[in-house]
Amino acid sequence: MTTSTLDRAVSPTPGVGTKGNLLAGTGQLVRLALRRDRIVLPLWVLVIGVMAAAGAGAYETLYPTQAERAALTATMGSNPSLTLLYGPAFDLSTAGGFTAWRYGTLLPLFLALACIFTVTRHTRQEEDTGRQELLSSTVVGRYAPLTAAVITAGIGALATGLLMVVTLAGAGLPAAGSVAFGLGTALVGLVFVGVATIAVQLGEYSRTANGIASAVLGATFLFRAVGDSATDISWLSWLSPIGWGTQVRAYADERWWVLVLLAGAALLLGTIGYRLLPRRDVGLSLIPARPGPAEASPGLNSVLALSWRLHRGALIGWLIGFAVMGALYGSLTAGIGDLLGDSAQAEQMIQRMGGSESIERAFIAATAGITAMIASLYAVQATLRMRAEEVGIRVEPLLATRVSRLGWAASHLTFVLLGTALIQTTAGLFMGLLHGLRVNDVGEQLPSVLGASVAQLPAIWVVAGAAVVIFGFLPKAATTAWAVAALFLLISMFGPAVGASQAVLNVSPFQHVPKLPSADFTATPLVWLTVVALALLGAGLARFRTRDIG
Amino acid sequence: MDNAISISGLHKSFGRTKALDGLDLSVATGEVHGFLGPNGSGKSTTVRVLLGLLRADKGTVNLLGGDPWHDAASLHRRLAYVPGDVSLWPNLSGGEVIDLLGRLRGGLDTKRRQELIERFDLDPKKKGRTYSKGNRQKVAIVAALASNVELLIMDEPTAGLDPLMEATFQYAISEEREKGRTVLLSSHILAEVEALCDRVSIIRNGRTVETGTLADLRHLTRTTISAELAGHPNGLSRLEHVHDLKIEGNHVRFDVETSALDEALRQLSSIGVRSLTSQPPTLEELFLRHYTDTSDSKAASAS
Repeated sequence: MTTSTLDRAVSPTPGVGTKGNLLAGTGQLVRLALRRDRIVLPLWVLVIGVMAAAGAGAYETLYPTQAERAALTATMGSNPSLTLLYGPAFDLSTAGGFTAWRYGTLLPLFLALACIFTVTRHTRQEEDTGRQELLSSTVVGRYAPLTAAVITAGIGALATGLLMVVTLAGAGLPAAGSVAFGLGTALVGLVFVGVATIAVQLGEYSRTANGIASAVLGATFLFRAVGDSATDISWLSWLSPIGWGTQVRAYADERWWVLVLLAGAALLLGTIGYRLLPRRDVGLSLIPARPGPAEASPGLNSVLALSWRLHRGALIGWLIGFAVMGALYGSLTAGIGDLLGDSAQAEQMIQRMGGSESIERAFIAATAGITAMIASLYAVQATLRMRAEEVGIRVEPLLATRVSRLGWAASHLTFVLLGTALIQTTAGLFMGLLHGLRVNDVGEQLPSVLGASVAQLPAIWVVAGAAVVIFGFLPKAATTAWAVAALFLLISMFGPAVGASQAVLNVSPFQHVPKLPSADFTATPLVWLTVVALALLGAGLARFRTRDIG
Repeated sequence: MDNAISISGLHKSFGRTKALDGLDLSVATGEVHGFLGPNGSGKSTTVRVLLGLLRADKGTVNLLGGDPWHDAASLHRRLAYVPGDVSLWPNLSGGEVIDLLGRLRGGLDTKRRQELIERFDLDPKKKGRTYSKGNRQKVAIVAALASNVELLIMDEPTAGLDPLMEATFQYAISEEREKGRTVLLSSHILAEVEALCDRVSIIRNGRTVETGTLADLRHLTRTTISAELAGHPNGLSRLEHVHDLKIEGNHVRFDVETSALDEALRQLSSIGVRSLTSQPPTLEELFLRHYTDTSDSKAASAS
């Protein structure tokens, strides 16, 4: 079946695309893209599409009585540290309202990422590899590749939204709210399809284009996070498409007009992308490349120096992101307690969160965990850089010199291990500093917050180790390392909410880190996590040393 | 004789695909050895085994007196490699790549580097993808030739070079030979092979089908004879190594294998020769015969 699909995708079909030369061949390109993404696209549609319904089912069991639901509204719903992550809670007294709150920011975030990567993959990456030239020499219109990428990502976004509507309604939630939630999420995806159409015109490489679009996504998420947590600057949320997604207020007296805002933004951004496209040549960008030095500086004399050149751009970007994130969390920490008030239920809630007498400490512990989970994504990205070098046949000339395989891998893993340490420490440093400044106690707060962040490092390295194992043993399926990282993240972020069993929660390494500073410091789990990380690294490298390259 | 490379009975499979099926190859120290074969015959796989990038399933491989799999890094100090498909880092200039690869090999001759950059007319300031295929190839060639090594392994290095650069390349390789360096040169360009190679090995379907000097190989092929005889040509069809015999009156035309040339000519002169032309095989014919399928050659020998 798959072969026939491929045949159809590449065989010229007369009559298709004759409507306008500029779009000629779009149909075939869409089929080619769907054929190439036949596993990954259904996978993200499925995971993102059913997650909300899965969570909705747990609501009835977790909060069966009216009293418990009222308590939920009073505690969780007004907890700014939670609105920071999940957005404003409009109605926690129904399963639908709870689901829309719990998943209303993160699922659109994941969908937006998937849409960005899909557009880039079928546009910039095709140009990077030179495949686009091959395709463009056939009857393919100038706008066809971008249109095909937009259609492919659009199909994914709309399919995800549709699956959400069907599964949520199927789980017994009100139809109107389900449509609002599914459509809102899909439209956020389409907005970032629009962002990606611009990013691929600006960045010269797929990596740069992904970086630009992801940075925009990160900024909009931050705007929403700040706007939702701080009442005096709530207008910030309205600068963010993800904020609009929550403002649809699914299951809480839906505001349908906000959907028009999203659709309009998607259309506007897409139009800008299409307008920019004819202003550049295939393979080049709007920002022209500058010539480099004729001779290498004396420092460029080892694979480590080369790896620094390859990793520094991404690392600096992550570093800035983590500094901003840490500063943001730090500046919010002190206000958390005041906003919560002093209800008995709140106290109970905080204790249940595995914390202590202080909500501030619980907040610090929670954010240290969140930054660590995000840092583990950098670990995967940096580890997979090795695979990209291998597939790009750039590693072979290096290994044909006196560079050993382990030496080459070590040069990259230096940036994986130290890079994660650096960004995680930076987040902790800025959070501790800002929090300390606000409470006039830098001397006390900085080490405590920093400690909570640094304690997460062994868990991050376990994710890095898993990525190295996959790179060593299953190089052709190296991208599944993302799935592993995403699984850990989903378990730790949503597992407690859907009432997952302890055995499931224990799968994630982040579950085992002591929740500093509220909990007591215990070295044992950290030692074990380090041992696991080292074992995984060792096994992956041992396999890499003896497997075929390429 | 001292061999820089000796391979015998090399096997390598990728899943169910057999890439190498008992390949033999020996390259003497100081020679330029042509490594030929149709696309997909296993040349690049052999090169990658020699570099320790792939692990051999079976067979022995000796490179500069060591095992390329176990002693990869130490052997690599003594060789330079030019891949057939050069991919550069997008954010590094060509000059930086040349210096980096040279330094990783253990140093490069900066005077020679400058000279080669000028000779190959390369702009070292350009970055990664802004180079054309030919120019990317030049970056790898300059990096290899500017390093001080005993052995050059080149996998179709001139694919993508213009004729002028091709000539520059040939001149540079002949200089390397004079310096006593060993070169393993995989190539499809026959003029290049003829101009540069002391010996050649031809492989097909992962197996060596022929190896020797070009003169040796010519001996293994057929000469076309066309003759006007004094009488009717008799007895030629009985000769074992005569092919495609055509007789028109007293005129005869046939192909004969080099080993039987003597006998065939004796038969002709016994009848009496009025005129005779003989045509040695061209290099193209020689290679085409080795490149075409086994079924063809079987059919040819059966006829």
